[in-house]
Amino acid sequence: MATLRNKLRPFLRARSAWLAGCVALASCLGYGQAVNSCLDCHSAQPGALEVTPEKFSQDIHAQKGLTCVSCHGGDASSYDPDQAMNRKTGWKGKIDRKQVPQLCASCHSNPAYMRSYNPSLRTDQLDQYHTSMHGKRLAAGDTKVAVCTDCHSVHDLRPPSDPRSTVNPVNVAKTCSRCHSDAAYMKQYGIPTDQFAKYSTSVHHDAMVVRGDLSAPTCTTCHGNHGAAPPGVDKVQNVCATCHAFQAQMYEKSSHNKAFQERSLPGCVVCHSNHGIQLPSDAMLGTGPAGVCMKCHAPGDHCDRARADILANLTQLDRAVKDADRALRLAESSGMEVSEARLSQDQALDSLTKARVTIHSFQTALVDQDVQAGMKIASANLKAGQDAMVERNHRRIGLGVCLIAIAIMLIGLWLYIRKIES
Amino acid sequence: MFAALIRWLDERLNLDGLLAPFKHKTVPTHRLSYWYFFGGITLFLFIVQVLTGILLLLYYRPGANEAFESVQYIVTRVQFGWLIRSVHAWSANLMIFTAFVHMFSVLFLKAYRKPRELTWVTGVILLFLVMGFGFSGYLLPWNTLAFFATKVGTEIAGQVPIIGKPIMIFLRGGEEVTGATLSRFFGFHVAVLPGLVTVLIAVHLFLVQRQGISVPPKLEVQWTENPSQRREMKFFPNFMLREMMAWYVAMGVLGALAAIFPWNLGVKADPFVSAPAGIKPEWYFLFMFQTLKLIPSKVWFVDGEVLGVLGCSLAGMLWLLLPFFESDQPARTKAWITGLAIFALVYVIGMSVYGYVAQ
Repeated sequence: MATLRNKLRPFLRARSAWLAGCVALASCLGYGQAVNSCLDCHSAQPGALEVTPEKFSQDIHAQKGLTCVSCHGGDASSYDPDQAMNRKTGWKGKIDRKQVPQLCASCHSNPAYMRSYNPSLRTDQLDQYHTSMHGKRLAAGDTKVAVCTDCHSVHDLRPPSDPRSTVNPVNVAKTCSRCHSDAAYMKQYGIPTDQFAKYSTSVHHDAMVVRGDLSAPTCTTCHGNHGAAPPGVDKVQNVCATCHAFQAQMYEKSSHNKAFQERSLPGCVVCHSNHGIQLPSDAMLGTGPAGVCMKCHAPGDHCDRARADILANLTQLDRAVKDADRALRLAESSGMEVSEARLSQDQALDSLTKARVTIHSFQTALVDQDVQAGMKIASANLKAGQDAMVERNHRRIGLGVCLIAIAIMLIGLWLYIRKIES
Repeated sequence: MFAALIRWLDERLNLDGLLAPFKHKTVPTHRLSYWYFFGGITLFLFIVQVLTGILLLLYYRPGANEAFESVQYIVTRVQFGWLIRSVHAWSANLMIFTAFVHMFSVLFLKAYRKPRELTWVTGVILLFLVMGFGFSGYLLPWNTLAFFATKVGTEIAGQVPIIGKPIMIFLRGGEEVTGATLSRFFGFHVAVLPGLVTVLIAVHLFLVQRQGISVPPKLEVQWTENPSQRREMKFFPNFMLREMMAWYVAMGVLGALAAIFPWNLGVKADPFVSAPAGIKPEWYFLFMFQTLKLIPSKVWFVDGEVLGVLGCSLAGMLWLLLPFFESDQPARTKAWITGLAIFALVYVIGMSVYGYVAQ
């Protein structure tokens, strides 16, 4: 590197002199701006060394007034490479991967300093990173693991709220997959590399990417971000419970919780899987290919009978809600006013959803309670739809009678007119 | 018993003298006589409106928080409330339709000519007021479509230079369409407009009674040249019985529409949601709405909407004064007024259909 710099020195000096001239001229013309010799040179550098002003201007740090010197040290005001990149002026050169977390933390772990930019920003990232699998391995000398810049990018680092950021919720899974889906890169760690492929088919991915729900889970939601690590087998339900609170409450009191703990089975994952979680359906309680109960339970045992009861109840309520919906739609298409029943149809659907949540208690009586509440509403709505159709028929009969009476009156009037005019 | 009552009244009111004008009144009979029924049918539908409107008033509560619920209560809980509300809504539409038919029949039969100019003027004002009934009544159920239709409609009124903005604020009872607008429209609908319309109908009928029923010009010439060809029937009872038949037919059509296609209540208005896509006014405003849509945003240096509103207002004014453009030599103006009538009819129907199918 030093040899190369010596060879280039005459050219660099000539270039520096020319640039210095341009800057002086610009200053005279009133175009004075902060000098950043780093970007002037690195704009023309090849590969990883290239950092253009356009790229750096996208970086949140640049927007907040930080410069190259803030991280790399040196003297950006000098166009003399020897002066600008001099160890004596604090120039650090390329930051060693091992030093990256510490360097970022020099500001990001300083609450007083960070408060002046964003008081709500956390300052425990480094502490968390030390507890992560990435941090632990880095401390053990493994430089292949992710450091701050691998996930957040460098020189064009955007805040997570920016949709173009690599750590924006929509982009997180893709960012993690850059390493975790690379079978060759991950070979030495002996962990699966199909997480992203599975996640892409999941209901969570669908919610995040297709429906644009940024609160939907992505990798960091379950694994943590700076403290990223696989959740322990016995902690899986805690992770899921952050969103699925009611299901977790039911599950914690259930017989399955104890049984799974005794067998070191990972809670929710046993039935729902992890990265490739699909939209749950009542078929999961069935005995078909989508069924999950019979993977552990024997046909005809107590639990199998309970499963069949719960499934029958749910199916009954589902059918009742659909029947009521059909009846109300028919009444509406006939112009009948059934908006009140239509409104309470939401309550019937809520009961169905609640019953499906209550399944996690694995108690038939509790599920039945919700199902019966829903059945009561759905039956009333079905009756409202049917009554509306009966009422419609009565109206039409009444109309027919009235039209006949009118026709008789018309004939009578016509005959009377003929009589008086004859 | 009935005869005794009549005799009792006759002694005090001289019924014979009171009914004498009706007994002597005649109606010309010719192949186009059936057009005469549309004025009577419009009157019948107005009476239906008054009666059903009074019944609705027993339960309707004006106010942004109550109007929708009260109409919902009427159509779901009140005995035959659905029928009264549906008849009221359908009758309103039929009344505007028959009023249009009546107006064009008068125009094509040339019944507006001297000495019946004032009958035409009161008739056209009545048509405008009936459309005002439609516009004000449309908002009263306080549903989404009505809310945004009123918003758009009052905005259009606000486009008139100088007086537009004050008119819009007067109509809305403020800058925006709110509960205050609803109270105001309720007042127009149940007090101001019925009063004006009743007076004008009385004047209109008085003029018809006073001047007799017009005969198409060609027929009039024939009958003047050869009085033996003149065909007439007595207004009472001959024409009256036929008119009653027309009213029965109208009642049958009205009942059938109300029972088979009950008027939809819609969804309660929410001022904070955006307007439904492709929102359109009621069919009787559609030709004007479509006209305004087709005018470019700028015509030379004039704002397109302003030009459209001013153009429509001017057209309405000229329409009102149409009989006064007819000269004493009918042959000279006959052609262009008939041409104008045909153009107006084709334009109204064409633009309404275009507005209905346009996205």
